[in-house]
Amino acid sequence: MNARTFRIGGIHPEENKLTHEVETKVAPLPKQAIFPLSQHIGAPAKPVVQKGDKVKVGTLIAEAGGFVSAPIYSSVSGTVLKIDTAIDATGYRKPCIIISVEGDEWEESIDRSTKLELVKDHPELTPEEIVGRVKTAGITGMGGAGFPTFIKLTPPPTATAECVIINAVECEPYITADYRLMMEKADEILVGLELLMKAAKVTKGYIGIETNKPKAIDLLSKKSAEVFGGTEYSVEVVPLKQRYPQGGEKQLVDAVIGRQVPAPPAIPVNVGAIVQNVGTAFAVYEAVMKRKPLFERYTTVTGKRLQHPGNYLVRMGTPMQDLIDLCGGMPEGDCKLLAGGPMMGKALTSTEVPVCKGTNSVTLLSDDDARRKEPQPCIRCAKCVGACPMGLEPYLLSKLSELKNWERAEHEDIVSCIECGSCQFTCPAHRPLLDYIRQGKQTVMGIIRSRK
Amino acid sequence: MNFILIAVIVLGAIGLIAAFVLYVCSKKFAVYEDPRIAQVSALLPGANCGGCGFPGCSGMADALVKGADAGSLDGLNCPVGGAEVMGPVADLLGMAIANGEPKVAVVRCNGSCEHRPKVAEYAGLRTCSAMNACGAGETACGFGCLGCGDCVAACQFGAIGMNPETGLPEVDEEKCTACGACVKACPRHIIELRKKGPKGRRVYVSCVNKDKGAVSMKACKVSCIGCSKCVKECPFGAITVENNCSYIDPEKCRLCKKCVAVCPTKAIVAVNFPTPKPKPENPEATEAPTNQERKEAQA
Repeated sequence: MNARTFRIGGIHPEENKLTHEVETKVAPLPKQAIFPLSQHIGAPAKPVVQKGDKVKVGTLIAEAGGFVSAPIYSSVSGTVLKIDTAIDATGYRKPCIIISVEGDEWEESIDRSTKLELVKDHPELTPEEIVGRVKTAGITGMGGAGFPTFIKLTPPPTATAECVIINAVECEPYITADYRLMMEKADEILVGLELLMKAAKVTKGYIGIETNKPKAIDLLSKKSAEVFGGTEYSVEVVPLKQRYPQGGEKQLVDAVIGRQVPAPPAIPVNVGAIVQNVGTAFAVYEAVMKRKPLFERYTTVTGKRLQHPGNYLVRMGTPMQDLIDLCGGMPEGDCKLLAGGPMMGKALTSTEVPVCKGTNSVTLLSDDDARRKEPQPCIRCAKCVGACPMGLEPYLLSKLSELKNWERAEHEDIVSCIECGSCQFTCPAHRPLLDYIRQGKQTVMGIIRSRK
Repeated sequence: MNFILIAVIVLGAIGLIAAFVLYVCSKKFAVYEDPRIAQVSALLPGANCGGCGFPGCSGMADALVKGADAGSLDGLNCPVGGAEVMGPVADLLGMAIANGEPKVAVVRCNGSCEHRPKVAEYAGLRTCSAMNACGAGETACGFGCLGCGDCVAACQFGAIGMNPETGLPEVDEEKCTACGACVKACPRHIIELRKKGPKGRRVYVSCVNKDKGAVSMKACKVSCIGCSKCVKECPFGAITVENNCSYIDPEKCRLCKKCVAVCPTKAIVAVNFPTPKPKPENPEATEAPTNQERKEAQA
């Protein structure tokens, strides 16, 4: 197999895909569902329900709070208990809607049949209609960052989209939710891709998959040849070498079509690519064809010490504790709980944090794996420079931010950092490079914003 | 012989020309700087702490001279030097002393290890700003002190130190110059510059937790729960409760300590008051009316 990859940097952490061949199960309904109002990048959603209101599965409970924002739908039926604060994935108490679950009654508008709907049977689906439905359904990027999908589908007038790239890389260790989704919902994903291509008014599509998922590559290659053969669309499944952070948008664009996205504020569409997660493609299918808003997702619950790690179809708002209990409960001893994988995941201090739109994994790292080693002085080996996929100099950026030299840090392009952690992973002196860089990036971005 | 003479003449001529050019330049391009700026600058402490709001002492000196020309030194105060420095400066500029009440940095968090149990362990970079960006920190309180000492590092006067027992920073009132560096350094905005008060006596709410009472109480035993008892008790209307957290306006507070007595969580703190003498029953009750009377008399 002639696998491609991105040009600079990258690392290869131990995979630990414990749940690759564990079939997805439907997680039971929680007793109480928690919906943080800020599950996406942009303005928090505004609640449209009040305490005591009855809601069904798929009822709008919060509307978009601005242009860059997304509505939130209830994933359960029941009564709104309160609009209060609860700890979310940021680690802080944030406003959220709490619903106590009663039964499982769905909104009638949702088509719950499993019949595969094809784009050609729905002539009413114009690109505008598709984008409209995606927007109403509250779909945000399912890979973790959570950028509202409809905005990505309507590129700024200065850029022209040429292709849609489906991000099925899943380069993070441990996580297998996307892989299971591909194995179980391949047809739906391909229809989702067709919808995305139609919405973006392009005919070229790519699906980037790492070579550690040969079955998914075979399955999707076969199916896409069947589905798109003889149509105006051409879809190519691109096998990619295993390399972290290939799932980063910019790295994926480079790996798949060989174009490099310039420094911010440039985005992939500036070089003609719209990148969407494979989970997003599936959500788009469900939203457009089944009129089902985004309220459940595939999530991996994993960890070496967990008794039965697995993949689950989870209603959003389910507390992580429920999922951990499904997998045999919290293991003995100290553990680090992460929303996401070990590289980019967010450490949490509470197991009551709910699964949100971007929660692709609940990872429990054992203490030995999670504990940091004592930092030593930098030995100038430049391994971090070699590992940085953005071509930055992490040792320098971290030092600049330690010394609070923001001007120079900006000059050295600190805002280009994608916070993938490759530098810190590779550092033989165990220096907290990313901790400093992240802090510096935030400060410099604040300075740039205040200048405007 | 000739060579020597030529060399002397040439060098002498170059010297003369250069001297002339330098003279012309020094006259032509001279920048006038008010001599008072240098004089004022010499009087200022020279710590360049920026506490006055200007970039360093020379910036402050410049502003002071400009202020004097405009006829007022209002709003210009060296927090480091206080009246001792501002007096001579005002004399030099022929102005009345711009009177700034002395202030001191106050740490508004009382969540020591004993009051605020740890719920997590943080293994990342040991600075408050890094920890703050990662989440609520090691305790369940998302507002209180993180204990990594960003304020200690920011203080140029060695006035803040970490108390290893409580895990909280403590301000040395003698050394604190109220320059405000710690206020800026604290990512949680816990530190506030407050009036030093007569004999250093101050009453303040030592908590900035904005969670609802039950939640903040669970995170920390000495948190403000926003019960508003202090608001009702205060005879001077100095206390307000906003976002479940009480705040005492130092301008209105008359140090009667009634609020301290009613606070159910002991979140309100009174410092530098003499320890109450062996119990005559309710000392506050006798003290408070006198304050009230005094206020009325003033009005």
